[in-house]
Amino acid sequence: MTAAPDAPAPPAGRLSGLPRVLRLIGGTALSLAITLLGLLLVTFIIGRVVPIDPVLAIVGERATTAQYEATRLALGLDEPMWKQFAIYVGNAVQGDLGQSLRTKREVSEDIIRYFPATLELATIATLFGVLVGVPAGVLAATRPGTWVDQIVRIVGLMGYSMPVFWLGLLALLVFYGILGWVGGPGRLDAGFSMMFELDVEQRTGMILIDTALAGEWAMFRNAISHIILPSAVLGYTSMAYISRMTRSFMMNELGQEYITTARVKGMPEWRVVWVHALKNVMVPLITVIALSYAYLLEGSVLTETIFAWPGLGSYITDALFAADMPAVLGGTVVVGVVFVTLNMASDLLYRLVDPRAR
Amino acid sequence: MKLDLTLRRAGAFALASFLAGTAPAALMAQTPADTLVIGDAIDDIVSIDPHEAFEFSGTDLINNTYDTLVELDPTQRGVLVPGLAESWEVAEDGVTYTFKMRPGVTFASGNPVRAEDAAFSLQRVVKLNKTPAFILTQFGFTPENVEEMITFDGDTVTFKTDQPYAPSFVYNCLTAAVGAIVDKETVMANEVNGDMGNEWLKSNTAGTGAYVLLSYKPSDSYILEAREGHWRGDAKLKRVFMRHIPEGATNRLLLERGDIDVSREVTSVDIEGMEGNADIRVETDLAGYIYYISANQKNEALANPKVLEAMRWAIDYQGMTESFLQGEQTVHQAFLPRGYLGAIEETPYALDIEKAKALLEESGVELPLNISMSVRNSQNRTDMAQSVQNTFAQAGINLTLSIGEGAEVLGEYRARQHDLTLQSWGPDYPDPHTNASTFVINGDNSDEAQLTGSLAWRNAYDPGELMTMTQAAVMERDTDKRRAMYEDIQRQHRDTSPFIMMFQENNRTAMRSNISNFYTGGTVDSVTYWLTEK
Repeated sequence: MTAAPDAPAPPAGRLSGLPRVLRLIGGTALSLAITLLGLLLVTFIIGRVVPIDPVLAIVGERATTAQYEATRLALGLDEPMWKQFAIYVGNAVQGDLGQSLRTKREVSEDIIRYFPATLELATIATLFGVLVGVPAGVLAATRPGTWVDQIVRIVGLMGYSMPVFWLGLLALLVFYGILGWVGGPGRLDAGFSMMFELDVEQRTGMILIDTALAGEWAMFRNAISHIILPSAVLGYTSMAYISRMTRSFMMNELGQEYITTARVKGMPEWRVVWVHALKNVMVPLITVIALSYAYLLEGSVLTETIFAWPGLGSYITDALFAADMPAVLGGTVVVGVVFVTLNMASDLLYRLVDPRAR
Repeated sequence: MKLDLTLRRAGAFALASFLAGTAPAALMAQTPADTLVIGDAIDDIVSIDPHEAFEFSGTDLINNTYDTLVELDPTQRGVLVPGLAESWEVAEDGVTYTFKMRPGVTFASGNPVRAEDAAFSLQRVVKLNKTPAFILTQFGFTPENVEEMITFDGDTVTFKTDQPYAPSFVYNCLTAAVGAIVDKETVMANEVNGDMGNEWLKSNTAGTGAYVLLSYKPSDSYILEAREGHWRGDAKLKRVFMRHIPEGATNRLLLERGDIDVSREVTSVDIEGMEGNADIRVETDLAGYIYYISANQKNEALANPKVLEAMRWAIDYQGMTESFLQGEQTVHQAFLPRGYLGAIEETPYALDIEKAKALLEESGVELPLNISMSVRNSQNRTDMAQSVQNTFAQAGINLTLSIGEGAEVLGEYRARQHDLTLQSWGPDYPDPHTNASTFVINGDNSDEAQLTGSLAWRNAYDPGELMTMTQAAVMERDTDKRRAMYEDIQRQHRDTSPFIMMFQENNRTAMRSNISNFYTGGTVDSVTYWLTEK
């Protein structure tokens, strides 16, 4: 999946008479629609030009020619491509993402099942990335060239360059296999996992929230011990990115004249850095964080595989290899919505942080 | 995916070397004492309706939640034992089978099992006509005639086939998952739009098996609970918890830490790494998959018998199983997997470059011979293909490998567009006819016939006399004679057909050493949980 392009600004002339909120919502809806349509079109075309026959992917080795033909007709693959696309978009608008060819289940049901696990993991990973990455970046920027800066640089570089698969396995081996500090792959221990399936009401599909709502605190703690490692591994990569970006924004900010003025006035250095400079750094940083969050929300196939985490990444990838286009397109819609929504959220946050944007 | 695989291998390998020198220091986790926790890849499941399921993980689940009229003894290879039918017989006419129902058995719902349920279930297979339906419809059942062909009266079910087939063929087919008997009342109470309960059975069970399904989350997990007072005797462990854990190294860690009891997804690297760990035991038995290379007979050079024979001598079968396929595959040179009625175990072909060279000289084809071979993009297949490429080159055949995704390679194969192709085949039901029919029978060798389900047709192979022999074998009522017929067919097929049989796959199951009696079902059956103890 590729990142959606930034939402185009709504044409000011036509909408300028409307209240601001409506303008914002209208513009967002429009950009969401355009982005999704473009995404779907590209995905749809790719799905049709790859040399994988979707019919064969469903009917399998044994099928006779008659079964093959029947399935091809049932899928509507005899229609011209534009018509197939139009039918798909028409259904999608009504919330019907179709049936997965591979699992024969509703794609929307599948996504509702897999997305919460990814959402939970990505959120905690991003929290980790921000809580560690921003302070690390600030520290590095205020002490350029020192050992602190070097350590942040090296740790960040490792986050960029180490394959997440390797990192995940190593982390599992050390913290779970040898030290036994954290829970293993999967979202809960076997015993808790069965209890969760059978006895806990699953309101959100996110284990931390569901167990907390049910007051199952032992299970909640167990869930934390399981999510900590995969989210740290995932969060490490975004931490690396966030800390590098923070450092460079901060270096730039600390060279500004208002900083010199603040220092000359005798303001404590911690206040100059952590309040005045950081506040201005937050503006571009919000975009960085939102994008890295969106990236994690697509689901990471490798991390999900190693940690036996039933998320969206594996779902979309499996679907892709099985030429299961309804599932691929459904996943694409979700990822598209996530990107556009986060873009919008970061736009809104801009306005809160930066008075000039209000 | 290629990169993923390489990374995975590299990761797993490094992990194994790393682990060799360390021992888990912390305390072992424990699985619940009354629960069997299994790690496996279960994302192949399309449906758990027994009359629709046709994937390994799905039929494993079904084998433990449903029973069939006739069963295979899980502890002995290929031995038929009574299931929900306590006895059965075939009439003199050779087409009328009668099954007498076992009295006093109930479904999980509490409903008694009646002959009516059995007849309904078999009729349901034919009427639903899902993927595995052919296992029953090959006896001549159609949605139109099935109510007359399969009937019940009192406690007996009668079953009429269109021809006097070998009784062993009929019984073997009834042991497959598609022969499962479902609870008519419960299933029909959940019918939606005339689907005979198909949608409902995708997330529920309604059988007589040792276990009942408590929860099923696709590509994530399922939980089974043992029934009390089961007719076969109660299951030893109260619950089975299946976790979808697709990665080998992850399985290994969980197993070594004691967070799962059994793993069915460990790789050679993991197994090697666990050697010497007293807490873990690895059991190996044969699986049904056969790996073979086949030659398209539309290619003139490949239709030359001498060329085919040369190729049989130009493959390093032993070398592969002793190196990169160690433990994963066993050399096997016939189309029936070991464990099947009539299977033969001899392996007359071995690498002999000189012999292959001489045969190629005799063949009269222009040397070196340039041909291509299509291969699916998976590690062990590409490794096999490279080994073959290497030994073929020594004999005088320049082999170009064309590596592609599964569906892509399959599409080309079904369209008869390949030269050589490296493929695998797993049997569909526990009777020799399953492989004999596809490897031998080709009713019409023309392109227009489009008999794409037949491997013989895909390779434009005209089986001649072997086809008549195969058709006779499926009718032979004397089981010993039938066995001998298959042995004979396979030997001739091995030496004359365009199929070069190479390997039979192994099942490897790693388990904690306190686990006993875990039966995978080997080549002919699915896994059995109810006998497992810990």
